[in-house]
Amino acid sequence: MIDVLPQPRPGGRSLRGRLASLRSDWPHHLSSARGALIAFGLFLAMFTVFVSEHPAGFSRNVVNTAANKGALLALVAMAQTIPVLTSGLDLSVGMVFVLTNCLASTLMVGNALHTALGVAAVLVTGLACGALNGALVVLGRLQPIIATLATSSIYFGGALWLRPAPGGGINEEFADFMTGSLPGGIPVAVVLLLGLVLFGWIPYRRSVIGRAAYAVGSSEQAAYMSGVPVARAKFLTYVLAGLFSALAGLLLSCLTESGEANAMLGGSYTLSSIAAVVVGGTSLFGGAGGAVGSIFGAFVLRTIGDLLFVFNMDPLWQPLFLGVVLLVAVGLGSLRLLRVKNRLDLFR
Amino acid sequence: MVATLVRRIDKPVLAAAGGIVLLLAGGGLYSSSFLSPGYLLQQLQVASFLGIVATGAMLVILLGQIDLSVPWVITMGGMMSVAAAGWARPGGWLAIPFAVVCGVGIGLVNGIGVAYLRIPSMIFTLGMNAIAQGLMVVHTSGFAPQDRATPTMQFLSVGRSLLGIPNAVWVWAVVGGLTVLLLGRTAFGRRVYAIGNSERAVFLSRVNGNLVVVGCFAASGALSAFAGMLLAGYSTKAYQAMGDPYLLPAIAAVVLGGTSILGGRGTYLGTIMGVLVVTLLQSILGIVQMPEAGRQVIYGLVIIAMLLAYGRGEKSGF
Repeated sequence: MIDVLPQPRPGGRSLRGRLASLRSDWPHHLSSARGALIAFGLFLAMFTVFVSEHPAGFSRNVVNTAANKGALLALVAMAQTIPVLTSGLDLSVGMVFVLTNCLASTLMVGNALHTALGVAAVLVTGLACGALNGALVVLGRLQPIIATLATSSIYFGGALWLRPAPGGGINEEFADFMTGSLPGGIPVAVVLLLGLVLFGWIPYRRSVIGRAAYAVGSSEQAAYMSGVPVARAKFLTYVLAGLFSALAGLLLSCLTESGEANAMLGGSYTLSSIAAVVVGGTSLFGGAGGAVGSIFGAFVLRTIGDLLFVFNMDPLWQPLFLGVVLLVAVGLGSLRLLRVKNRLDLFR
Repeated sequence: MVATLVRRIDKPVLAAAGGIVLLLAGGGLYSSSFLSPGYLLQQLQVASFLGIVATGAMLVILLGQIDLSVPWVITMGGMMSVAAAGWARPGGWLAIPFAVVCGVGIGLVNGIGVAYLRIPSMIFTLGMNAIAQGLMVVHTSGFAPQDRATPTMQFLSVGRSLLGIPNAVWVWAVVGGLTVLLLGRTAFGRRVYAIGNSERAVFLSRVNGNLVVVGCFAASGALSAFAGMLLAGYSTKAYQAMGDPYLLPAIAAVVLGGTSILGGRGTYLGTIMGVLVVTLLQSILGIVQMPEAGRQVIYGLVIIAMLLAYGRGEKSGF
């Protein structure tokens, strides 16, 4: 499916013109957002059940805890989405997440200025990790899956070097702010996600380089022939993936107020991020989907665990149940096979 | 004669062989015991477990797919073999076949999901990994199983019989020999390469490619479970997450050996070389008492360096 919208709208178009084009484009908009809408509906239904069954009900604490847990995976899933759009993959997101957690627990201490510098250093590290991945894929012409596999080992080594043993700490005021909620009861983590979508993801998606990423994922050859900046677009997706992973590492540090070079944690976040991307309606073949769907995909995955908790399911059965839900969710995508007219289209 | 032989061996295999020589030379400079036959045989024994896993991974990668269910299928193989050993006393003859059957079961589901449901292998095998993990957690209640490996399993993995060479190496040799025959001398093997190159062309040739895909995933499951059984024999018991350290090294070994991650190209000789490179690299980094952090960094850097040397894609420009 080609998911590159028609031309970016010129600035000075009349409202009527915009409405008219929206009317004619709506089937396209709907079909490109279908995955995200399904994930959102699923999340809403599951979260309603969760809150109504929870002994504490719809309280600030319950919502806040769920938001923080979900936002961690949502950030890593957003990171994963962007390279996946170009039919790439970043297997190092989990390890960048762990590395930046260890870095934050070392640097983000002391007064406000130190903390601010620490935040900047963490984000720059994420960008640098992403830039290395991007350089290996674009300039080194390595397959993304194997290149990021190798770099994840390097990033984990860095994390171990910074934190041979779990520990460290971060500025408590900052941590409390990031993991708390605003006066209206809205968790700061949700505001962070919303801000990233409004001021990060949407401008990116509407920019030339963001559209180029979709074009590359749909057909790299056609994109190249059309003069799309293929190399720059691919490089930027990995850089952004590094940045979003670093944001997740920052949030993790605020939640745990310490750092730990935990290989299992990094590995599980990498794999869960792929699952969240798929549940959120992004195609692993690239060219269709988006980061908003992945956010809901991440929240769906996290809410499953919460649901098992409130229904008092034996914790031993949880991993099995999670696996079954994941397979059913991706299996539903196979219903499209029933509509395929030419079986040749099934094969690449 | 020699010239044709050299021409038949492709560049990645030669480069990997060069890597092995470099690693051995470097290790030998550090400590002369590194080049002793005893140590080298021990490395071969350790390599054979990875080699068997990598064989399955290679079959799937040749199709242009990937099998991420390897870690918990290995663990399943280990746990099911010791459990079956407990059920079928005395002798525990059931242990090895039961482990392999469990692996084939997971592999068949993987293959059906990828071939018939057309779900990307990366996500489907990930889900099956979670299911295998879930089944094992339920089976063991989250603890390490108390059952012990049977004498046959220990004989296969730690024993040394013929010529003083570890039996595990002989097992790998048999698995490897069968794989070479399968890939090079059978229609099935040709179809594996054909699917990796163009699944459309295979479909248009009226070949049932889906059966080949299912077969490769089943073989990968069987080999992973078999390796898990050997690992359980090696340490006399099975434990949680015993397969986790094998997924990434297996993929790295296959790719370092020159198999294209996009499928359709690769030789088994290359995979053997890749397995030896990865095993020696891990061993040397362990021996020089480098802290774990440095080991991880060097491991990643060496793989990137080798890939940059010969694993690069075509120059784009279409």
